[in-house]
Formats: sequence, structure tokens, C-alpha cells
Amino acid sequence: MIIQALAFYLFAAITVASGFMVIASRNPVHSVLFLILAFFNAAGLFVLMGAEFLGMLLVIVYVGAVAVLFLFVVMMLDINFVELRQGFLQYLPVGGTIGLILLVELAMVLGGWAVTPAAKTVSADPIPALDKVTNTHALGQVLYTKYIYLFQGAGLILLVAMIGAIVLTLRSRPGVKRQSISEQVNRPRDEAVAIRKVEPRKGI
Amino acid sequence: MTIGLGHYLTVAAILFTLGILGIFLNRKNVIVILMSIELMLLAVNINLVAFSTHLNDLVGQVFALFVLTVAAGEAAIGLAILVVYFRNRGTIAVEDINMMKG
Repeated sequence: MIIQALAFYLFAAITVASGFMVIASRNPVHSVLFLILAFFNAAGLFVLMGAEFLGMLLVIVYVGAVAVLFLFVVMMLDINFVELRQGFLQYLPVGGTIGLILLVELAMVLGGWAVTPAAKTVSADPIPALDKVTNTHALGQVLYTKYIYLFQGAGLILLVAMIGAIVLTLRSRPGVKRQSISEQVNRPRDEAVAIRKVEPRKGI
Repeated sequence: MTIGLGHYLTVAAILFTLGILGIFLNRKNVIVILMSIELMLLAVNINLVAFSTHLNDLVGQVFALFVLTVAAGEAAIGLAILVVYFRNRGTIAVEDINMMKG
């Protein structure tokens, strides 16, 4: 139990600290790297809670895909980030006030709130015992049967996002010479070769 | 000393507040704003999974899966829009985005 508590405090502290560094660091590349650290430690929290499939998914999807996407965009755009930092202190009072108010509200909600014991007995899909069915197996058994339409809908959302991103960023610049294989292959012989009769000592 | 639901909810609340704060502090930098949104979605996911394990209900984890899906799509589309905007205008300052006079 003490090891669990230690692990929780380690993961939680690193998650919160790197979350703070995401919004506070000067260089956006450092922000992305701290975001990756935050996601790793949140995955640790998920595993600690017993949701190991979601923890691994967090590492794969966020660290493997989303964070790398951010890293590519940050590194490829030629932006003067120092200019974008101006006004950081100007917004600090307003942002700090709103953040503080929100935190106090959330703490009040957390303090004046309790789960009724009956809530555990009416769960829609009870989690099976971990020694019988693993978390991934249990999740799959629910996801592919009861929530199959929602699952397909999620796939559709990803497809639309993929097509949208490609359509948005694809461009065909005029004036760029590209190889067109079908055009090359379909060229008739008359266009390519012309036979001339060359008389001796004259040339063409 | 047992780690209960309240501990996880506290972490999630702090992360969510950090996300809000990041949106306010980095008003000019869209990339950091998108990262702040990712932080907030992560906080929501922590909440969902914490309640899921506390109430012994698997649906919370299924919902967290869908939140993850939407977050990935949102990041892809947002960054694509960002790249197109940068290509057209040469800057990503949020305050200059007023072409539609909204």
C-alpha cells in the first residue's frame, strides 16, 4: 500500500509539474517535450488505477502520434517565438484570477460531495475481477458488442479528421515540373521521333 | 494511507486549471493553446477513469477511449489549419486572425 501511495505521488507530482512547464516554458519545443512527459506520467496514473489498456493507449496515441505531430509543426514553422511570448505578464493577473477561481470551485465541489454506496451496485458494465479477465479483454468484450456503433462512429471521426487534414494541407503549385508517367507512356511515336532525309555534305 | 478517488480528482482538477491558465497566458501562440487543450482533455480522462474504477463500471473507460479519439482528431485538424494559415499569412499570431471580422 505504501508503494502504491509513493508511486501515485511520484506520478502525480511529475504530471502536474510538467503540465505547468508546458504552459510556462519559453521554447515551444520544450513545451511539447514536457507534454510528452506529462502524458507518460498520466499513463502511469492510469495503470495505477487499474486501467492499463487506456494507459498504454495514452502512450501510443498521445506520445506516439499527437506529440510527434506537435513536434513536427513546431519545428517546421519558421516563427519568432520570442515575439509571441510578449503579453505573457499582461495576461497573468486575469488568467491567474480565473484559474484560481476555477480551482477553488473545483475544490469546493470535491469537498462537498460523496458517492452513495448504492452507486456501486447499479453500474452498467461491472468490471470483472482482474484475476479472471484482464482489463483489455473486458474492455474489448464491452466495446465490440454493446458499443459497436459508437466504436464505428469513432472510427468515422478519425477517417474524417484524416481526410480533412490531408485536404487542408494538400496544394498543387503551378509551374512545378513533375514526372507524369502516363503521359510519357502514352506519347505516340510521331511526336517523339521525326525521320529526315539528310543529303551528303549539306546537313539539315 | 490509501490513495482514493479524491486524490485522482485533485490531480485532474489541478491539470484542468493549468490548461485554462495556459490558454489565458499564451494568448498569442496557437500551438501552446492547442497543447493546453490537450492537457484539459487529459484531466477529463483522468476523471473518467478514476470514477470508472471507483464505481466499478467499465463504461467510464469506454468513454475515455472516445475522448482520446476526438482529441487525436482535433489535434490533427487544428494543426492542419495552423499550417495552412501559416502558409498564407506567414505568422500564427492569434490576434491577427480577423479576416472574417468575427
